[in-house]
Amino acid sequence: MQQTNSTASKMSGRHWRLMFSDQVFKWFCLFSAIVLCVVLFSIVFFMGKTGVLTFEFVKVTEYFFSLNWNPGFDETATYGAGIFFIGTILLTLLTLIISVPISVGIAVFLAEIAPTRLKETVRPILDLLVGIPSVIYGFLGLTILVPFVAKVFGTQLGDGLLAAALVLSLMVLPTIGRISDDSIEAVPQKYREAAYAMGCTKLQTIFFVVLPAARRGIVSAIILGMTRALGETMAVVMVIGNVPQLAESLVQPTSVLTSNIVMQIMAVPFESTWNYALFFMGFSLLVVALLLIVFVRIINNRSEVQ
Amino acid sequence: MNDYINLHDVNLFYGTNQALKDVKLQAAKHEITAFIGPSGCGKSTLLRCLNRMNDLIPNVKITGEISVAGESLYGANTDVESLRKNIGMVFQAPNPFMMSIYDNIAFGPRRFGVKSKAILDEIVEKSLRAAVLWDEVKDQLKKSGLSLSGGQQQRLCIARALSVEPDVLLMDEATASLDPISTMKIEELVQQLKKDYTIVMVTHNMQQAARVSDKTCFFLNGEVIESAPTKTLFNNPEDKRTEDYITGRFG
Amino acid sequence: MQNLKDFKASKLAKIFNQFFMVSMWVLGIITVFFVLLLLFLILKDGLPYVTWDFVIGLPSEIDAGGGIGPMLLNSFYVTILSLLVSIPISLGAGIYLAEYAPDNKLTSTIRVCVEGLSSVPSIVFGLIGIALFVEYFQIGLTIIGASLSLAMLNLPLLTRVSEESIRAVPHSYREGSYALGATKLQTIFKVVIPVAMRGLITGLSLVAGRAFGESAVIILAGGVNASAEMWDFSLFSPGGTLAVHLWYVQSEAIVPDAKEIAHKSAAVLLFVVLAINLLFRIPLWWMERKMK
Repeated sequence: MQQTNSTASKMSGRHWRLMFSDQVFKWFCLFSAIVLCVVLFSIVFFMGKTGVLTFEFVKVTEYFFSLNWNPGFDETATYGAGIFFIGTILLTLLTLIISVPISVGIAVFLAEIAPTRLKETVRPILDLLVGIPSVIYGFLGLTILVPFVAKVFGTQLGDGLLAAALVLSLMVLPTIGRISDDSIEAVPQKYREAAYAMGCTKLQTIFFVVLPAARRGIVSAIILGMTRALGETMAVVMVIGNVPQLAESLVQPTSVLTSNIVMQIMAVPFESTWNYALFFMGFSLLVVALLLIVFVRIINNRSEVQ
Repeated sequence: MNDYINLHDVNLFYGTNQALKDVKLQAAKHEITAFIGPSGCGKSTLLRCLNRMNDLIPNVKITGEISVAGESLYGANTDVESLRKNIGMVFQAPNPFMMSIYDNIAFGPRRFGVKSKAILDEIVEKSLRAAVLWDEVKDQLKKSGLSLSGGQQQRLCIARALSVEPDVLLMDEATASLDPISTMKIEELVQQLKKDYTIVMVTHNMQQAARVSDKTCFFLNGEVIESAPTKTLFNNPEDKRTEDYITGRFG
Repeated sequence: MQNLKDFKASKLAKIFNQFFMVSMWVLGIITVFFVLLLLFLILKDGLPYVTWDFVIGLPSEIDAGGGIGPMLLNSFYVTILSLLVSIPISLGAGIYLAEYAPDNKLTSTIRVCVEGLSSVPSIVFGLIGIALFVEYFQIGLTIIGASLSLAMLNLPLLTRVSEESIRAVPHSYREGSYALGATKLQTIFKVVIPVAMRGLITGLSLVAGRAFGESAVIILAGGVNASAEMWDFSLFSPGGTLAVHLWYVQSEAIVPDAKEIAHKSAAVLLFVVLAINLLFRIPLWWMERKMK
């Protein structure tokens, strides 16, 4: 009798320990998940708080619309960041114009045309591209692309929007290409069969049936590529020329938000308008990236409902 | 015209695996021919040879002779797209495109160059009427094809197949995923369609073959075991295996 | 009414189709060829000239012949430290999302946060690094600052791969374990994680490769310089890594052999990143072969 009792109490001791560690672990996991949220919120809050200090010294309209970026520590300093906003918008658009047709083309090739063996070779190669550091892309751009652009356009320097857009296009190719590829592959075979059975050519089937059915996935792929292009820093820094002027041509050195932050932040004290202005540039990028992600989420949720 | 569709010694291989063996068959114009047999017997594979859908699968090799209205399907100069236009197909699961009912029907004619709205309207109405769907959907042509019920979707797919005015309609277990009432509607529809089209159907359901078809072919392991007018095949099967199958001893 | 019965597929549609197929093939082949060419170019111009002295040597500001030793060491050091910090949190968050998370507001908030965090441009993590470590803690540009900023960058991707690989474990495994009376904790550690190991390690190699090559965060939070001596493991040494060094020698340095150093650094950087992507998988292949 005694013995049974002690076994039972041992059992229950063990049971308690197990239950306890189970609970502790669960709380640890929840805590970890919440850490991510806290990190995100602190980043948004802190970037916003620091960035907004800019507007104690600079008018909002001047900051966004003036092209006079002339920072400094005396009375004559001006903080018109328009150049960088325009630069980032132009660079992103140019990148998308170049990369979307190629990336979606590659996706169509992989999902619809290439034989299985080739698919299985090309997909890992594209995945590999995602893992290549951005300085390597920048380095390639600087050593190969920029001289090439200069030669083609007959200019002294090849730095500028075109070189940056070409480098970025290569960088977003795997992002847009592989996600589109997956969403095209996910279009049920029955839709293709229906089109073929009516006498459609492969081209007609792809354009009128497959791509429309995969459009949500392709749009989210493009947006994800866009966030990558927007926030990319070092590859752009290395080929864009880093002159705070509005680009009058595609091969003129200029600056964008990211490149300007990196080139200037090391030189400024933390508590200065200049620094705050740079932080607000970072904050703007952050807000746009978050909005784009929310947009992707809405698209994906809607396609799930369908 | 008893050999409107004519197959002679058709063999089909998936890689090294032979799926059809020396198939010989005839089907008459404006008749319904049914293929029956246990699953994996090659009946769907054969149906897909009739509009060359098997071309879409890699490593398929087909030998022998298949002709429709005297024209060889696998000739050197066969225009596959035109051929598929003339030999429509309805699939096992309803597969309307993710677009409106109207666009689903107008899809085929548009690909063949019909641009006029008036003509498209006419085709849409005619095809939907032929598929006995017009009265149910005429007020909601702009709604998504996927918003219809399963049976309606399948009739939409039939209407879509009819929109390009084929000569032959192939139906691959077209009622397999439908409820009994929708199935009955489709069976009635098929009976009406035979006035204008030659129909070949694959069915998993022997009663359906018996109810609907004029001629039935029994397949087993890639071979045609017996092929006869439906009444004969069901009442007086010649081959022991046919009898075993239709009396439910296997399959 | 036109009679569609006599319509044939148009010649034009067929010609377009042929043209399209050919151009897609050309596009596909050119892209693959181009990518392989780029990788080859980087490795070819650098790797054959890389010597041991270069790999562990000290950099030089003025004379030719400088090495990349402290930077390369920093790259590994910072990557490992950042992973040490981010792995437990990400794994915990991934396990929570895959195993515990009920379908409620909190869970969907967490998911939005993970996605949001993964969209944060890397330079923003760098700015936060400056604000936190340089300004608030006043420790300057250091290894610890670079590692912690990088850890934040790792979090979302690592969480996502953890969640996905854990979620991919079939439910039957868990049921088997519960049926034997195991607790959830035991089930997760003894059954789920071992089965998910393959996905976890693949995901980890992705994240490690990315962390190793990251530059924007490191420039801002770790600086462009590394320690002046080799094998310096102090957390408060300057945190410049090889990726940053590549940018630095290419754009700012005045040493006469900057070009060669850049080529060799690029080759070493790419080689290590590719190696991380491949090496992590070798134990997996080995494990799988053993299981067979």
